[in-house]
Amino acid sequence: MSAIVSMNDLSKSYQLGEEQQTVLKSIQLEVQQGDFVTILGPSGSGKSTLMNMIGCLDTPSSGDYTVGGKNTADMSEKELAALRNKEIGFVFQQFQLLPRLSILENVELPLIYSGLSKKVRRNLAADLLGKVGLADKLSHKPNQLSGGQQQRVAIARALVTAPSLLLADEPTGALDQQTGKQIMTLFTQLHQEGKTIVMITHDEKIARYGSRIIHLLDGEIREERGQGV
Amino acid sequence: MFRENIRMAWLNISANRMRSFLTMLGIVIGVGAIIALMTIVNGATASINEEVSTFGADRISIQIQGTEQKAGMTSEEIADLTEIEGVRGVSPTLQGMVASPVSADDISLSGRSEVYFEQTPDALEKGRGLLQADIEQETPVAVIGAELANQWFPLEDPINKEVTLNGRTFTVVGVLAPSSSFSVTSVNELVMIPYPLAQRVLGVTTINQTDLYMEAGADANGIVDQATVVLRNAFNQNEDVYSVTNFEDALASIDQINSMLSMLLVGIASISLLVGGIGIMNMMLVSVTERTSEIGLRKALGASPGYIQLQFLLESIFLSLLGGLIGIGFGAALAFLASLAMGIGFTLSGTSIVIAAGFSMIIGVIFGFVPARKASRLNPIEALRSA
Repeated sequence: MSAIVSMNDLSKSYQLGEEQQTVLKSIQLEVQQGDFVTILGPSGSGKSTLMNMIGCLDTPSSGDYTVGGKNTADMSEKELAALRNKEIGFVFQQFQLLPRLSILENVELPLIYSGLSKKVRRNLAADLLGKVGLADKLSHKPNQLSGGQQQRVAIARALVTAPSLLLADEPTGALDQQTGKQIMTLFTQLHQEGKTIVMITHDEKIARYGSRIIHLLDGEIREERGQGV
Repeated sequence: MFRENIRMAWLNISANRMRSFLTMLGIVIGVGAIIALMTIVNGATASINEEVSTFGADRISIQIQGTEQKAGMTSEEIADLTEIEGVRGVSPTLQGMVASPVSADDISLSGRSEVYFEQTPDALEKGRGLLQADIEQETPVAVIGAELANQWFPLEDPINKEVTLNGRTFTVVGVLAPSSSFSVTSVNELVMIPYPLAQRVLGVTTINQTDLYMEAGADANGIVDQATVVLRNAFNQNEDVYSVTNFEDALASIDQINSMLSMLLVGIASISLLVGGIGIMNMMLVSVTERTSEIGLRKALGASPGYIQLQFLLESIFLSLLGGLIGIGFGAALAFLASLAMGIGFTLSGTSIVIAAGFSMIIGVIFGFVPARKASRLNPIEALRSA
């Protein structure tokens, strides 16, 4: 197995007025191909910052970060954008679908930035919407769907570029328990198909779906345990 | 990718129809004003040019104010003007008012020679003009304006009818061609008789207006200089009592005045375009703020800063170009109505349309640049957090 994500002695600190606040301290983390890693921590533990690091939305203050075999240290904003497009599929707590586009167009969006033709985009997007069970709703607008359906659209969008890593931030946070369970079943299924997933949550129960659970507290990895590996 | 951007721009503009329309209004008014003003001024210029050329750009006109001792030019002095090289004809003219034979109004009487009719081939509608013999023998004949012909001889042929002016009877030999020009003395209500007779009717002995017709390619300035020598001698070196007008110069100065007028008007309308541009910038800045989370999402999904910048820039160009196109239609309609009301020609110039459309696009680029750059520089993390 090869490492999709590799963090070596990664730290992140912010300047808050006079004070320097260190949010992540010497993080050492590897995510292997096929892993389902959940990062569990209370609010303020630095898990959002860690997610931004993994998602190449933010750059470390010190240390190295490699994703898909590429070191992000010296990349320009444009190169980081291309890397996010190719290697990472984001799933957000609030779905983040564009309200004026149909769900098919929403799923197409990352492929526009990949520079694919309209025909290829349509086909790929329709395939993935079929896979998450929304084949009959392609022309619907997001607000015509339930929360659970909207999150499925977001998952289809995250998968459409065939990224090396699916990165989910509290994907069940805006859903009721029953719908949340269905979404987690979908993640489990994707994991079984061989997808590499990193999920961030503060919910112990949700975290248990992962094959590895990493506890984050005060910007440090406190405990790591594997489950069923 | 370009097509997607244009589609997104349209979606965003049409989603906020009222706001987009109000934002475009500045550009619509600015472009509309420029198109309307340029078209109206061009139409007016064309009409004036046409007018001037109908009474001849190949003509030099001499007007005499005269002194107490000498009210105008004598026949000998007029003969001197005929001798100038490059002059093919000299037409003495004398204007005055006489009582109308049929109503209480006064009508304009104009004393002319045969030269006027020789040099103005399309002066007549019917009949004949004045002949050299009419001048020499002082034959009591008249050529009358089309309007007078209608008034005096309705439903009749005016040729060979008689009219009485100041107690003298004249035989009508010709009718002047009607003119739609807006000069002070309309040709339509004018009676032309041999000038020696006009002098008697009006009780004067001199001539106070003379037109010199130039040969093709003659040196207009040289002729003006020589005519001035004749006049200076005639009026004892007093240069204030006569004026010499070269119609070519007059035409050029009218053109100059019109182009200055156009530039002034366009300058004023440009202020409206500037205000419109600021309106677009304001709306785009609001739009960037409102769509922060959308920008963050697009960046997370792989949109480069350049792509985000292009998206917002295209949106502002789209908005100002649309405003410009509406403005062109609006301005053209306005100019059309104005040209109907003013009785001038309507020619919409392609150049002004291209300039107006190009200008509104440039406004979109200039005033869209700052908001687009702001959008492209948003930090995706903070942008996503604002959702």
